[in-house]
Amino acid sequence: MASRAVEIGPALGLSLAIAALILGSAVMVAARADSFALAAQDWQALRFTVLQASLSAAVSSLLAIPVARALFRRRFPWRGVLIRLLAAPFVLPVVVAVMGLLAVFGREGPINLGLAWLGLPEVSIFGLHGVVLANVFFNMPLATRMLLHGWQSIPSERFRLAQSLGLPPPAQFRHLEAPMLRAQLPGIFTVVLLICLASFAIALMLGGGPKASTLELAIYQSLRFEFDLGRAALLAAVQFALCAVITLAAARLTLPQGFGAGLGRRMEIAAASGWRRGADGLAIAAAALFLFAPLLAVVIKGLPGMGALPNGLWPAVLRSVSVAVISAILATGAALILATGAARSRGRAIELAAMLPLAASSLVLGTGLFLIVRPFVSPESLALPITVLVNTTLTLPYLFRLLLPEARQLEADYGRLTASLGLPRRTVLRFVTLPRLARPLGYGAGLAAALSMGDLGVIALFAGDGGATLPLLVQHLIGAYRLQQAAAASLILVAISFALFWAFDRLGSHYADA
Amino acid sequence: MNTKLLAAGLAVIASPALADTPVLTVLTYDSFTSEWGPGPAIEKGFEASCGCDVKFVTAGDGAALLARVKLEGKDSKADVVVGLDTNLTADATATGLFAPVAVQANTLPVPFTDPNFIPFDWGYFAFVYDKTKVAKVPTSFQELAASDLKVVIEDPRSSTPGLGLVLWVKAAYGDKAPQIWADLADNIITVTPGWSEAYGMFTEGQADMVLSYTTSPAYHLIAEKDDTKAAASFTEGHYMQVEVAGKLASSRQPALADQFLAYLTADAAQSVLITTNWMYPAKTPLEGLPKGFETLVQPVKALLMSASDAEAARAPAIAEWQAALSK
Repeated sequence: MASRAVEIGPALGLSLAIAALILGSAVMVAARADSFALAAQDWQALRFTVLQASLSAAVSSLLAIPVARALFRRRFPWRGVLIRLLAAPFVLPVVVAVMGLLAVFGREGPINLGLAWLGLPEVSIFGLHGVVLANVFFNMPLATRMLLHGWQSIPSERFRLAQSLGLPPPAQFRHLEAPMLRAQLPGIFTVVLLICLASFAIALMLGGGPKASTLELAIYQSLRFEFDLGRAALLAAVQFALCAVITLAAARLTLPQGFGAGLGRRMEIAAASGWRRGADGLAIAAAALFLFAPLLAVVIKGLPGMGALPNGLWPAVLRSVSVAVISAILATGAALILATGAARSRGRAIELAAMLPLAASSLVLGTGLFLIVRPFVSPESLALPITVLVNTTLTLPYLFRLLLPEARQLEADYGRLTASLGLPRRTVLRFVTLPRLARPLGYGAGLAAALSMGDLGVIALFAGDGGATLPLLVQHLIGAYRLQQAAAASLILVAISFALFWAFDRLGSHYADA
Repeated sequence: MNTKLLAAGLAVIASPALADTPVLTVLTYDSFTSEWGPGPAIEKGFEASCGCDVKFVTAGDGAALLARVKLEGKDSKADVVVGLDTNLTADATATGLFAPVAVQANTLPVPFTDPNFIPFDWGYFAFVYDKTKVAKVPTSFQELAASDLKVVIEDPRSSTPGLGLVLWVKAAYGDKAPQIWADLADNIITVTPGWSEAYGMFTEGQADMVLSYTTSPAYHLIAEKDDTKAAASFTEGHYMQVEVAGKLASSRQPALADQFLAYLTADAAQSVLITTNWMYPAKTPLEGLPKGFETLVQPVKALLMSASDAEAARAPAIAEWQAALSK
């Protein structure tokens, strides 16, 4: 028992620190409030938030199944590139992505031009379906990639056994793939659900009006416009509660997949041919078209402005890249500690703490931190370090979610062996943990870096003179009517985010395959 | 690890304070200080004469600015606050954090009296459209509601133009405002969190019209040589946004703060504001308005609620807007 306590000590410490940061900032905000009351429309916002998030999460997870399965089974040229490009939508800044979606699904986009050509009425993207569409665009690739990791985590020996037993595809699905899905899907659904719960710009821009208001918008309104700190703190509490209930419910639904340890060998799996081959091809092609058409629109819009880039661009790029890389490294380290800790611990405390940041509103977090640091230093002088801290914290849950199933698997497969051998922790980390977790670690670090590149919410609270990051610069350019330059700067932002993601992801799979 | 990095970051960023020169801290919205905003030129111009160092601190937009002032309270390090508008000044005055300022002459189309604030620029809200795409331009909210034009507007709960529009309808229609919103509901394709997203959607062709300012076409005309954008003139009159600056009572540089406010409304700074904020100057400079401004629509009637009326009307008007558009 004592040794277990030592083993999960760092993870518990880190959990406490996260809880203190997230809850502490909300308490700081609450402490400044004069009164606590929710507005009548807040309940409507809560209902809409849950509705759009559940729909989006369900559609994203379900659509991800055929795509991930097809990607797992098929080998084709550019497969690796396609899998990496899958992350691109997820790392796009919201405003850029919405503009890309509008270019495809909006009024003058190819879909409506096609409909008009066929003499059919125009389809509006605005409304609940638009919100779900955008959320699926963002999150389906993430779900696909997480599921793909799931498929890859089934030891290849099991597939070989199934093949030598001559199991037909349906039986193979039932015995190998269904248990994996059963183990992975609740977690994936939860992550997507939580991401969608906290969105407000997508819902507002594509929702078509105030009936599409989310809790996060209500928080924004109460903090920035009404200065009703009590309402903001209450709303933050509602969001925390919602997230905690969902995380705990998902944790109850999650079952271990129980395949046992494999030898970690790579092998080609002879995939079924015939109509199944066609169906897989269709799934991949449809997903690629849906995801890359808006991206292509972003690229096309950005190109004309590339000749006249604004002056402050490169310093902003440098600032953003430093923030992103430092945040990614810190978040990856923290997530590794938390995930291996959670895999060893019997309770749910670490898991809950690691997921907590997803429920946190970045505005409440930022305002709380502002109140915390202000008595000691001027907040402007801490703009970048605080952005790093906030990015690290907010990206942690994604990384944790990616690592947890595989860390659990690792613990189940090798935990007893390494314990009975009495291997020092460092050795276990180097020879067991890192090689086996390299793939999700690299992918997670890439996501964290790219997400940090696109983050805007918090820096705006702390920014002083001339310390603009790239997303802030894009905002400034649009604010000054310079839309073409803004489109070009957005393209650079997207390209760099993606390059960072690519580099980390490559590093991970390189290490895993070595 | 974390704290070490934080400390390292701190050491790099916290540059040594300038030795003896007094520092004037100006709290403003963030597009004011961007490379394309008025901030850099005004900072340079004022520093040339004041023997001081101007330091900008930014906080989102006008509404976020007031929230920041309230958050910092009496021990704010800021001396001057630049960028509130008259829909927020009653709330700002009620905090007791602002000090009276000397009146500066202005050329606003409506009388302006507020002991705590001076206007530095202003504009009329208007629906901007593309002349090559909209054939029949509506001349009132009723005509707009009756048309099948699609408009994109900003949310009054998160942006000052959005709030301006809600007060515009309220000022023009009073008790009939809910009906106007109900009629407009099918024209509004979506509501965005801020001006940038709305204007972006409009230029991408997602909407026929966008809520912006009568001065927006001046940017396209002067900076881009593009004369296809215009603002629709409404017979109800146009609601104004008057941007103001004030001095904090807690300022440790009250004399410098007064000097800065005077500089802000003098010709040099006013000329800068016209072509960076793309608004009308609070006091037209000697050389007049830049060429191109004469092409802008001139509203027949300027609408503006007094600060206290705007404060009283705000919450009920937003509730009416929300109720009508949520159906």
